Amino acid sequence: MSALIEQGSGVATGRANLDVFSTTLQELAESDKAIVVVTSDSRGSGKLTPFGQKFPRQIVEIGIAEQNLVGVAAGLASTGKKVFAVSPACFLTARALEQIKNDVAYSDNAVKLIGISAGVSYGALGTTHHSLHDFAVLRAINNLVIVAPADNFETEQAIRKAAVFNHPIYLRFGKKPMPHLKSPGGSDFEFGKGRVVRNGVDVAFIATGETVYPSLMAAEKLAAQKIQATVVSMHTVKPLDYELLASVASSGKAIITVEEHMINGGLGEACASFLLQNGYRNPFKIVGIPDEYTVTGSQNEIFEHYGLTENGLTDTAVKLLQNTNAKGSRVRR
Amino acid sequence: MPDQNLAKKSVEYRKNIVRYIYHANAGHTGGSLSCIDILNVLYNHVMNIDPDNFESPDRDRYIQSKGHSVEALFVVLADKGFFPVSDLETLCKYKSHYIGHPTRKVKGVEHNTGALGHGLPISVGTAIGGKMDGRSFRVFTLLGDGELPEGSNWEAALTAAHYGLDNLCAIIDHNKLQITGRTADVCNTDPIDAKFESFGWAVRCVDGHDLDALKDCFGALPFVKGKPSLIIANTVKGKGISFMENQLKWHHGVPDEKQYKEALTELDFATSTVPDDFEP
Repeated sequence: MSALIEQGSGVATGRANLDVFSTTLQELAESDKAIVVVTSDSRGSGKLTPFGQKFPRQIVEIGIAEQNLVGVAAGLASTGKKVFAVSPACFLTARALEQIKNDVAYSDNAVKLIGISAGVSYGALGTTHHSLHDFAVLRAINNLVIVAPADNFETEQAIRKAAVFNHPIYLRFGKKPMPHLKSPGGSDFEFGKGRVVRNGVDVAFIATGETVYPSLMAAEKLAAQKIQATVVSMHTVKPLDYELLASVASSGKAIITVEEHMINGGLGEACASFLLQNGYRNPFKIVGIPDEYTVTGSQNEIFEHYGLTENGLTDTAVKLLQNTNAKGSRVRR
Repeated sequence: MPDQNLAKKSVEYRKNIVRYIYHANAGHTGGSLSCIDILNVLYNHVMNIDPDNFESPDRDRYIQSKGHSVEALFVVLADKGFFPVSDLETLCKYKSHYIGHPTRKVKGVEHNTGALGHGLPISVGTAIGGKMDGRSFRVFTLLGDGELPEGSNWEAALTAAHYGLDNLCAIIDHNKLQITGRTADVCNTDPIDAKFESFGWAVRCVDGHDLDALKDCFGALPFVKGKPSLIIANTVKGKGISFMENQLKWHHGVPDEKQYKEALTELDFATSTVPDDFEP
């Protein structure tokens, strides 16, 4: 187990970010009666059944009606409530997209949109239940912060900060246990500031959400081959941490972006846009879900299929560096 | 006894709607004229809202779901003192906040609306917030009859009844025309009253241009304790200007100079027919 992963808190012992969300929110709701959860028959899948039992006056059940969920959340927020609108990411960000765009973002109602079981968390349930489009569609909407926490620490911090954030925000996470990732640069968490979880000179993984951990595993594996990798948890997909990206790119290392999202319109394309427009010509590769009928299987199997794993990402890094060396250095700005 | 003060305001509002749409060369004339009497009664007789209390958590809320009839809202907000009416000379001009739908950039507007089927869910959330805090404010939302096929309305109608939101009043501006033609021909939603009643609402119908009837109707809120209230206001699209009434082309038709002068002449005549023997 990597030294960069806290002792005793590896995959086996870490909690699902979803669990951390639930317990953190219960703790906050105890002392802050303005916190209100709105659910669309999703309190069970959102691990919020205990929240509902403890705080029956702070939860509003809408039933299976996501457009209404978001519209109601916007109205509640306008009365001063700190509203967490909780629904599976796939439905929340597609079915209710117009409500997110108009009632939340455009009207600047400070709703906290919580996309649960994001990405391919629902695995074999198939494309109807996958949210591989959410970064893309939400990135195109003004006035919306987009966050995909990597580990339990980031999830807890994101929930605490979202509770007191006065503008619209979207958080998405999955339901599988995640480790705590150590940050060599300290353990600050701030929206819009990427978190460096490993330093290395040859290649950088810019990953988000639950792909940060396999990126870190790949970095450890690459070290055995004398390839040193930086790993960034780019938890905030928007606004993107351009300062950090520039700093990673200016050292000349190859860059690999990693996300549990379609390649179209996701983190990778956001990074590419910044890098290209600012003169960086680092070797660059986007790892995500390609534009095809998504393979079926468990989340792990889907990750395996698309190379979002320790082995897949190691191979991608090795190949990218080989290609770069074969073509000679074209790294510097 | 008819409320002459309100009657005069309605005429003035209609003149301003036509005036600023004419100058902007854009606007939703017919729908603004059909809902203006409702807004008049709401803002001048029913709701606890003015520029001084607009930041107060106890103010009544008005959310206009049929956002395209924004000209009606703007002339009423101007009259209430939220901004000078002359601001409306910039209606739909480059960089003006006075655009073709309500936005919070304009003082007095609660939410940015305009996409249809959004007002009722937002109003339901606002009403739930009021109930949670034990506040006495009421929430009013104006819907067009043409927007009823939007499914989000019916989702919100269920929630409003489920939570017994008797602090919520929806008003349907039932002018029976929409951009394609007669609402009954585009997507028949009749009977609206039976539908909402079956969803658990208390419903009343009223002549949406009869100011006293509107006052009485709003005065009876909530129609049933523990139920959300719906007012189906039977209105005439283009009301008050004879050549615009019930004419589809005035959905977003803009008068030319001749029509504009004719409209003002008709409205001036209407003003002269409102007796002056009242205490303002």
